[in-house]
Amino acid sequence: MRGRMEFSQNHLLGIEPLKPAEITTVLDLAEEYVALNRSSEKHATVLEGMTQINMFFESSTRTQASFELAGKRLGADVMNMSMAHSSLKKGETLIDTALTLNAMHPDLLVVRHGSSGAVNLLAEKVNCAVLNAGDGKHEHPTQALLDALTIRRKKGRLHRLVVAICGDIAHSRVARSNLILLGKMENRIRLIAPPTLMPKGVEEFGVEVFDDMRAGLEGADVVMMLRLQRERMDGGFVPSEREYFHRYGLDAEKLAHAKEDAIVMHPGPMNRGVEIDSAIADDINRSVIQEQVEMGVAVRMAAMDLLARNLRRARERARLREAANG
Amino acid sequence: MLWFHNARLIDPETGTDEIGTLLIRDGQIVERDGPCPEDAEAVDCHGKCLAPGIVDMGVQVGEPGAQHKESLRTAGLAAARGGVSTIVMRPDTDPAIDTPEVLEYVTRRAQARTPVHIRAMAALTRGRAGREMAEIGFLLDAGAVAFTDGDRVVSDTKLLGRCMSYARGMGALIIGHPQDAGLSAGACASSGKFASLKGLPAVSPMAERMGLDRDMGLVEMTGVRYHADQITTARSLPALMRAKNNGLDVSAGISIHHLTLNEFDVGDYRTFFKFTPPLRSEDDRRALVQAVAEGIIDVICSMHTPQDEESKRLPFEEAAAGAVGLETLLPAAMRLHHSEGLSLPLVWRALSLNPARRLGLTAGRLAVGAPADLVLFDPDAPFILDRFKLQSKSKNTPFDEARMQGRVLATYVAGQCVHAREQADA
Repeated sequence: MRGRMEFSQNHLLGIEPLKPAEITTVLDLAEEYVALNRSSEKHATVLEGMTQINMFFESSTRTQASFELAGKRLGADVMNMSMAHSSLKKGETLIDTALTLNAMHPDLLVVRHGSSGAVNLLAEKVNCAVLNAGDGKHEHPTQALLDALTIRRKKGRLHRLVVAICGDIAHSRVARSNLILLGKMENRIRLIAPPTLMPKGVEEFGVEVFDDMRAGLEGADVVMMLRLQRERMDGGFVPSEREYFHRYGLDAEKLAHAKEDAIVMHPGPMNRGVEIDSAIADDINRSVIQEQVEMGVAVRMAAMDLLARNLRRARERARLREAANG
Repeated sequence: MLWFHNARLIDPETGTDEIGTLLIRDGQIVERDGPCPEDAEAVDCHGKCLAPGIVDMGVQVGEPGAQHKESLRTAGLAAARGGVSTIVMRPDTDPAIDTPEVLEYVTRRAQARTPVHIRAMAALTRGRAGREMAEIGFLLDAGAVAFTDGDRVVSDTKLLGRCMSYARGMGALIIGHPQDAGLSAGACASSGKFASLKGLPAVSPMAERMGLDRDMGLVEMTGVRYHADQITTARSLPALMRAKNNGLDVSAGISIHHLTLNEFDVGDYRTFFKFTPPLRSEDDRRALVQAVAEGIIDVICSMHTPQDEESKRLPFEEAAAGAVGLETLLPAAMRLHHSEGLSLPLVWRALSLNPARRLGLTAGRLAVGAPADLVLFDPDAPFILDRFKLQSKSKNTPFDEARMQGRVLATYVAGQCVHAREQADA
C-alpha cells in the first residue's frame, strides 16, 4: 500500500477509540481488497502462518461467514467456535475460556458476545489482536466500517452527508457504531424511532432526533434501516408489527421524502414487510444491501491486515528488547 | 483510664471542633477539658482529630453463608482500621438473619471474633423473600436494631403496609430500599448519555423517587419509623423533604460512593464501580453532597459489600454489585471536607451521631457519659490506596490506586485501643 498509513490500534473493540485518519486508512485498504475479491485469484498471503479464531457466543451466520472468508482469503488458519452451546453452559467463565484459547496461541480473535463490554474484558486477558464482532448493545465496529465504505463508494465522499438511521436504535449496536463513525467523519445524523426504541440522552450525541419518519427522511442522502427483533414487536415496545410498518417501515412513499438519489442500507437480516418494503429492498437503483455484504468481507480483511501488521511489529519489538536484554 | 490531650475534639452533637482534653474510664467518657488524674495514662494526640467512632449503618458480612468473601473477624479488623467502632450488620446473609436463632448465632460469634461492636439488623420478611413477615417481636428482643430486606424491594404493598403497622406497635425501625422494582429490573447503570453510549441496560433516577413516594405513602398510613437506606438522586430530595416537613418519622442515608463518585467513573466497564443503585450523574452527586450539608440526608455509610474476584471479573451486566468500604469510609468522607467544604463536625454527624441516634445507640457523642468509642485520625495525611493492603477478605474497592487524604491513627472501642497505626507505615 502506498503512502503513510495511520493505524495504531492493537485491537478493534469499537469505533470510539479510532481517529478519523485511522478510519480512512481501513477504508482505503479495504478498497484494494474489494478489487482482489472481484478478481479470480482471490488470495493474499498477509495472514499466512497466523491463526484466527472466531468465537461467537451469540449465534450468527452472516458475520461469522464474512470473518471466516476474510481470514481465509488472507491466508490465515481459521477456526470457528460456536460458543452458544458450549463450555460456558458448563459453568466456565468468560475469562477462563479466553485463557484457554490464549494458550493455543491465536493471533486474531474475533468475538461476538451478548453483554456490552464483554469483548473489552476479554481483550485485557489475551495477548493477541481482538476484533469485536458485536458486544451486547455496545458496538459492532466492522459493520459501521463496511457501511462507511459502501457510502463512500456510492456517494463519492464520507463527509457532509445527511444520514438517517431508522428503527430500533435503543437495542442496536450497529446504530451506536454508525453514529459514532459518521459523527467523527462530520456528517449530519438523524435518528428516527418511536420514543420507546430511542436511547436516553441521545440528543447529547450531537444528532437530530425524530419520531416522525417523513420529517426525518427529508433531504437525506443515506437511509439506514435497522432490524427490529421480532420479540420487541409484540406489545412491549411497539403495539404490533403492522402498526410499526405503517409508521416506521420504509416504503416508496416515505422514501420519496429523501433525496432523489438517496441510497437505502440495511445491516441484515431483513424483515421484509416489517421495517422495509420488498420493492425497495430489491430496487437496484436505491438499495445497496448486497453491496454492503460484499464490502463486509473487504473491510474485515483490511482490519485484520492492519491489526496483524501491528501485532507483528509489536512482537518484533519485544523480540529485539529481549535480545538486547539477554 | 486514658487522658487524651492536645486533641482536636470533633463533637457532632455540639457542632464544635476545638482543642481540648478527654478523659475515659471503664469504657465511658467521664470528663472533658479537665486535668490529668494521677492514675491516668496520658495520650498526646499531637493536635490530631479525636471524634466519636463511626457507626456504619448497613455493612454486609459474609457470615454466615459467604465467609470466603468476608468473615466477622476480617470485617472487625477492617472496621478497627477504618475507625468504625460499631458495625451495623445487614441481614443479607445466607441464611438471612430472619429468626432470633440466627441473630443470636451471629451476635455470639461476633463477640468472640471482632474487636468492635457489632449490631445486627434483621430481615423484615422471612428469607428476605417478601412473602411473610419475620418474627419482628422476637428479633427485637434478641437485639435487632432495625428491620430491612436490604436491596430487595418488598413489592407486595399490602404486606409491606402490614409489616409497618406491626413494627410500629413495637417502635421498631424499618429500613427501606426506595426503588421501583419494575423499572429497575435488570438495570446496571443510570439512564442517560453514558449508559446509552456504553450500551448498558439502565434505569431512570425516577425509579428511586417512585419507590420513595410509595414508601412515604405507607409511612403516612402506618406511622412507622422509617429510614431510606440510600437516597442517591436529586429527584428524590423534594419527596424526602416533604415527608420530613409533614412530620413523618423519616430519615435517609447514602453510601459514601454515591457522594464521591459518578457514573463516568465506570469508564471502560470497570465492575468495581458497579453499585446498587448505580452511580449517578455529577449533578446528582453535587445535589446530594448539598443535601448532606443541609441535613436533608442524615446518614453516610459505607454500604460495605464484599465481593470476590470471581464475582467481579465478568462482563459488567453479569458482575456482582457493591464495594468494600469499612476501611475507606473515613478517607473518602474526608473528600467531603477537603473538596466540598463540609465541616468535620457536620461530616461526623452523618457518620456517627445520626446513625447512632436513629438506631437507639448511645454512641456518636463526646459528652460525659457517652461510650468511649473513639477514633483518632489525621484528616490531612495523604496516601495512595493499595487494595491488597485492605484487611477485608475481598478487595473490591473503587478507590484502588486513588489519592486519598485522611488516615486513622487509632481506634478505641469501649475504652480499649483496638487499632493503633504503626509509625513505620504512617
